[in-house]
Amino acid sequence: MKLFIKFDINTICSLYLKQNLEQNNVNFTTLGFGEIEIEDNLDAEALENLKTKLAPCGFEVVENQKSVLVQKIKDAIIELVFMDDNNNYKSSVFLAEKLNHSYGYLSNVFSEVTYSSIENFIILQKIERAKQLIIINEMSLTEIAFLLNYSSVAHLSTQFKNTTGITPSAFQRIIKKRRENLK
Amino acid sequence: MQKNALHILLADDDEDDRLFFKDAFEEIKIQTNVSFVHDGMQLMDHLMNPDNKLPDILFLDLNMPKKTGKECLIEIKKTDHLKDIIIAIYSTSSSEEDIEDTFIQGANIYIKKPSDFNTLKKIINEVVTVNWHYHTSGLNRDNFLLRLK
Repeated sequence: MKLFIKFDINTICSLYLKQNLEQNNVNFTTLGFGEIEIEDNLDAEALENLKTKLAPCGFEVVENQKSVLVQKIKDAIIELVFMDDNNNYKSSVFLAEKLNHSYGYLSNVFSEVTYSSIENFIILQKIERAKQLIIINEMSLTEIAFLLNYSSVAHLSTQFKNTTGITPSAFQRIIKKRRENLK
Repeated sequence: MQKNALHILLADDDEDDRLFFKDAFEEIKIQTNVSFVHDGMQLMDHLMNPDNKLPDILFLDLNMPKKTGKECLIEIKKTDHLKDIIIAIYSTSSSEEDIEDTFIQGANIYIKKPSDFNTLKKIINEVVTVNWHYHTSGLNRDNFLLRLK
């Protein structure tokens, strides 16, 4: 039997982080946006210890303020791209309102830290979502283009090709063969 | 964010290509450490030695003496502690068959070796930037395919 599982990365990560912190007897409250407040005052050693324990699960404590903002921008973009009803939002307005900074500022900080632009990151995420939808194989490319706010299938296909170097159909074929190959 | 330099390993038997590659990495903004192996056997020995840090990205030439890039790719994907390394095929071949076949075997990136330095720099910059996003933004590596010409 084969099942396709859709998953929400945000939910999984929060849950996993929660379990991890609980296992380490940390009292905390989550503030959203990956921010947590620890109720006890951990000394430097305990904090280092916690970081070491979280690292193998892929969690990392972000210390630089700009990196924190970049992480928030990324989370907001992911939220926007994975929203099913995002027709009313323009990404620049959405980010500025959500994060309470001008888009110009956000854009500068993002480019400074990641060496790539917010626009590029949005495209990357949209194509990422398109990939997931293609793999799940429930929707036609036309439906996917509509869901992701592309003006046409051609526009989606072109952006897909520009971002990944391969066409959506080649992508689908490769992933399918790769799966068969793993069996 | 840049305090840990990205660790890059190139497996290529051609000395000129290795130098070319090293120079390109020195000119991009993202910090990297680049090391080299000369053939497929040396590559596998390097990866299997627990004293060596595993690379964040492995650039793999397809035509190498002793063990070909394709053989290495298959072996790496079958080895538990190696199978998550991001693999970029770095080859002179632009045959569609080679490209699709290496993707199916688990390669993430396919780069046709460019003939001029500026193109190489541009390509490497793109690979490193996109890879960095995969590294830091919860993108699914299983779906990470990128072809650059």
